[in-house]
Amino acid sequence: MNYRAIYAIYRFEMARTGRTLLQSIVSPVISTALYFVVFGAAIGSRIQAIDGVSYGAFIVPGLIMLSLLTHSISNASFGIYFPKFVGTIYELLSAPISFAEATVAYVGAAATKSVILGAIILATAALFVPLQVEHPFWMAAFLVLTAVTFSLFGFVIGIWADGFEKLQFVPMLVVTPLTFLGGSFYSIEMLPPFWQWVSLFNPVVYLVNGFRWSFHGTADVGIAVSLAMTLGILAICLAVVWWIFKTGWRLKN
Amino acid sequence: MRPIIQVTGLTKSYASGFQALKGVDLEIRAGEIFALLGPNGAGKTTMISIICGIVRPSAGRVLADGHDIIEQWREARSLIGLVPQELSTDAFETVWATVSFSRGLFGKPRNTAHIERVLRDLSLWDKKDSKIMTLSGGMKRRVMIAKALSHEPRILFLDEPTAGVDVELRRDMWGLIRRLRDTGVTIILTTHYIEEAEEMADRIGVINRGQIVLVEEKAELMRKLGRKQLTLQLAEPLAALPPSLAPYALEIAAGGMELVYTYDTRAERTGITRLLTDLASAGIRFRDLQTRQSSLEDIFVSLVTERP
Ligand SMILES: Nc1ncnc2c1ncn2[C@@H]1O[C@H](COP(=O)(O)OP(=O)(O)O)[C@@H](O)[C@H]1O
Ligand SMILES: [Mg+2]
Repeated sequence: MNYRAIYAIYRFEMARTGRTLLQSIVSPVISTALYFVVFGAAIGSRIQAIDGVSYGAFIVPGLIMLSLLTHSISNASFGIYFPKFVGTIYELLSAPISFAEATVAYVGAAATKSVILGAIILATAALFVPLQVEHPFWMAAFLVLTAVTFSLFGFVIGIWADGFEKLQFVPMLVVTPLTFLGGSFYSIEMLPPFWQWVSLFNPVVYLVNGFRWSFHGTADVGIAVSLAMTLGILAICLAVVWWIFKTGWRLKN
Repeated sequence: MRPIIQVTGLTKSYASGFQALKGVDLEIRAGEIFALLGPNGAGKTTMISIICGIVRPSAGRVLADGHDIIEQWREARSLIGLVPQELSTDAFETVWATVSFSRGLFGKPRNTAHIERVLRDLSLWDKKDSKIMTLSGGMKRRVMIAKALSHEPRILFLDEPTAGVDVELRRDMWGLIRRLRDTGVTIILTTHYIEEAEEMADRIGVINRGQIVLVEEKAELMRKLGRKQLTLQLAEPLAALPPSLAPYALEIAAGGMELVYTYDTRAERTGITRLLTDLASAGIRFRDLQTRQSSLEDIFVSLVTERP
């Protein structure tokens, strides 16, 4: 194992964010605050409590998931895509570092950043609504699992993308709709039966609900199903990474 | 002695179907400066990229100090430093950070003294805290060299190191390359500047259209293929050559004021004495004469054009 290389990449990736520290912290704080003003205070005051949870508190887990998914994907995909784009990838390819080691370093850094982001949003949310976390261990577990899973997913996208359009395509056209339709801002029980049924095919529903359960102790789907789905997506991402590894880096001619 | 790099039957077909290397065999000796000379598109970068693990070979084998670059890639790559042809650096990093990063990437423990030495050697020390994007092109090139040297490679590949580089930096680089060689580093550089190969290399390999055309000691190459030209400045202009001088295949130059005789230094007789005698009997007098050794460039052109 080339631990030093893993550490070097991890540090490099963390430093990349460190340079834009203000932006990295301020922008999620502001956007979270905006969500609470719009959905929590303005609209939320007209919406009755869901399962005994006020609407403001209800949307917190979904809000965190929304950011976690998009940031994990964009961070990890950008981390590996950018060196390809500017040509500095030559160094990674010529270094004595394996694909698995590079994956650990890039995905680890992206996931770390996502978890920190999640914590920042949580802290910001606590300023607006009274928050309680019923299952802190499971909350942390879902946070880390989701961050790792979607950082892996982003890493795969970054390797696959050969242009900025492709890099933006999946997050924009797939992940954002799935998250918005994944019950971040509503309980799927509020939907007509047909759409409830459709929602069950949306993996994000399970992520959001598992996470919500860890906060409020209630959710639309069972915790076991949520956990199984989360692990399932993780397994799929790992399988894809494994396949990329088996068939070569996909970064070489 | 075992070659430090051994390339056997190396072939590369790109996805487009284009065959960039056609069964290359090459041995690089430990501690030498080897110049790989060839026109654009000859396959120099392809070959280097394969040895460094950036491009996958289609067939053939490469050993770096006995380590197969595919099966023992980790050992092989640990030995090799690469300065690629394209100028590609991080923009937002500082010089110090990017060079230290390279050392870590190659699994070497922190050694600030070594990094400092490398940066000083490359006149980058006072730029160590500058962001790379603020540097000039020549400085960025130095940063790329510093990155390659940061992990103390035993084999260094320089792909067209002085392309588009100013004269001063070129001289600096040549000095640095010699100093590196003196510390035992093997250096392989590609170039299409003949003067560079001529100035720097111990041995020269010529590659054309994916094939090694020849590999030779530089001195030997110069001697073997070297032709000399004898130029005679005439006392009076000459309109046409008298028939008695036809066997010498002389050229009339400078509007009839010069005669040029090309001869082979390898030949048993150069024919100079007889030419001078025959000139005298033809009544042609000259004021001065020079001889010129043909440069590697002439050799190169003749090699590349003779063997399509
Ligand atoms: N990725 C690629 N796909 C297809 N052809 C390529 C690729 N890279 C290089 N080539 C072709 O291979 C040949 C050799 O290129 P290269 O090794 O870069 O030559 P050199 O470095 O000697 O100029 C050229 O004809 C080039 O067009
Ligand atoms: Mg080239």
